[in-house]
Amino acid sequence: MTATQAWTTDQPIVRIADVYKAFGAVDVLNGVSLNVMKGEVICIIGPSGSGKSTLLRCINALVPINKGSIQVEGQEVHDPKLDKLELRKKVGMVFQQYNLFPHKTAVQNVMMAPITVLKQDKTEVEARAYALLKKVRLEGKEHSYPGELSGGQQQRVAIARSLAMNPDVMLFDEVTAALDPETVKEVLVTIRELAEEGMTCLLVTHEMGFAREVADHMYFTDRGVIVEQGPPKEFFANPKDPRTQEFLGQIL
Amino acid sequence: MSGTDLPVLLPAAQRLTERARREREVGGPIPRLQARHGVWLAVILIFSAGAAGAQAGAEQESVLSIMLKWTPLLLKGFVFNLAISFLAMVGGTIVGALLGIWQISLLPPVRAGSWLVTQFFRNAPWLVLLFFCMFLLPFQVEVFGLVIPLPDWIKATFGLALPVMANVSEIVRGAIQSIPSGQWESSESLAFNRRQTLWQIIMPQCIKRMLPPWMNLYAILTMATVLASVVGVSEVMTLTGQVLSAEGGRTDLLVPFYSYILLWFFIYCYPIARWTVHLERHFAVKT
Ligand SMILES: Nc1ncnc2c1ncn2[C@@H]1O[C@H](COP(=O)(O)OP(=O)(O)O)[C@@H](O)[C@H]1O
Ligand SMILES: [Mg+2]
Repeated sequence: MTATQAWTTDQPIVRIADVYKAFGAVDVLNGVSLNVMKGEVICIIGPSGSGKSTLLRCINALVPINKGSIQVEGQEVHDPKLDKLELRKKVGMVFQQYNLFPHKTAVQNVMMAPITVLKQDKTEVEARAYALLKKVRLEGKEHSYPGELSGGQQQRVAIARSLAMNPDVMLFDEVTAALDPETVKEVLVTIRELAEEGMTCLLVTHEMGFAREVADHMYFTDRGVIVEQGPPKEFFANPKDPRTQEFLGQIL
Repeated sequence: MSGTDLPVLLPAAQRLTERARREREVGGPIPRLQARHGVWLAVILIFSAGAAGAQAGAEQESVLSIMLKWTPLLLKGFVFNLAISFLAMVGGTIVGALLGIWQISLLPPVRAGSWLVTQFFRNAPWLVLLFFCMFLLPFQVEVFGLVIPLPDWIKATFGLALPVMANVSEIVRGAIQSIPSGQWESSESLAFNRRQTLWQIIMPQCIKRMLPPWMNLYAILTMATVLASVVGVSEVMTLTGQVLSAEGGRTDLLVPFYSYILLWFFIYCYPIARWTVHLERHFAVKT
């Protein structure tokens, strides 16, 4: 299970198998399994506290697991010998609270990790940072500090910052949950473009309309287990489990 | 609890609570110098000098000329106080910053050890630490066959640097822990290692939070340098005592001389205190 095979694109890029996680006496994940193929977009929905954030955090080893296996590109994430930094170069993550570095401008936020972590050439990184900010429609905001940007703009800087590392997989943890309704859309547009370009995305979201549009596969979690899953059409049209029905009924 | 949900709490009591909280943070009384304190000192100086002059007989030297005569010597002593305060501050800050960072180390023994050292020196009275250094440090040390003398003032500087170190350690630890955990998380997920996160992300954000309490600490330290007179270092208080006895122990000179010295300390510390208040307000508004 922990052996590292050579990974090929016909295998899942993220393979989660029977993962358990408890914080002290609180069981948060109770045997979660899911696979994501390269270029796939999966959406995870579920009530608050059901362990969605914890699951994403386990994938880039921010949180250790108690049992089970998580592999990214065939590498066992919780192998003690694994270089976590190497893993995190491949897996980008965007948070609900943006977590931009407040003492750096937008473009500096994007440039920092490639220069510090990847030791890339500064002028090359700078050019890429400007291009990324343009891609997320923040032309002209390059030299603004996070405090001077709206929530939606900050979140797009955070996405650009993550993309600057050229990740193979992106994790989005309720990235629009803290935003004003008007700015939610601009962030969703950015994510949809990424998805269309073939980026592998794991999204935790409450935006059901958006999930229905972009997802290749839906997952519904409750109390640390995946209750129901399926292609979005079927998943939304006739959910089988009463818990899914109830949750969708509340939120739609 | 914001305090506003307790209507019985008078504004004055609120101020006291707030002040006590911040003094706990800094680890000592925060000097709250105001311009009127300086005015009072000047008034006392003028009146006491005038009174001493009126008492003095015609054959005696005027108070003013006595004070002027000794001013160069006393100034030398005062500069000595400032030198001690600088050195103790620099040394205490460097070691204290390290201790503060060790207090959040991932290695439990390092964390526990630096916490213990910090708590010990933070809670020991400054004068006790001063005596401790005066009597426990040798009068000279030998490094690679080189004999370096340790005069009393160096020992006193060590003694004062110890509490500075412990307080800086707490200031640094408190500032680091006040940074939201999301900053650590996002740095980690961008593959920063702990050292890069600390020095490039966390510490730069800490500086502005640390500056006001650090400057407060410096003002406290400057005033505490007169403690060195107790252990016989010839700083300004010691010299003032010597000058007074050289002048035949005239009691009428006591108040003018000591208020004169106090005024110097005031003139030195007041701008620091004002700037600290300014910085605190500035940062309070911004975040
Ligand atoms: N670092 C932590 N320490 C202790 N408990 C945690 C920690 N992180 C999350 N939890 C707990 O785990 C449960 C699931 O949290 P989370 O994964 O954030 O759920 P979701 O993202 O689905 O709302 C919650 O009960 C939460 O209190
Ligand atoms: Mg969450």
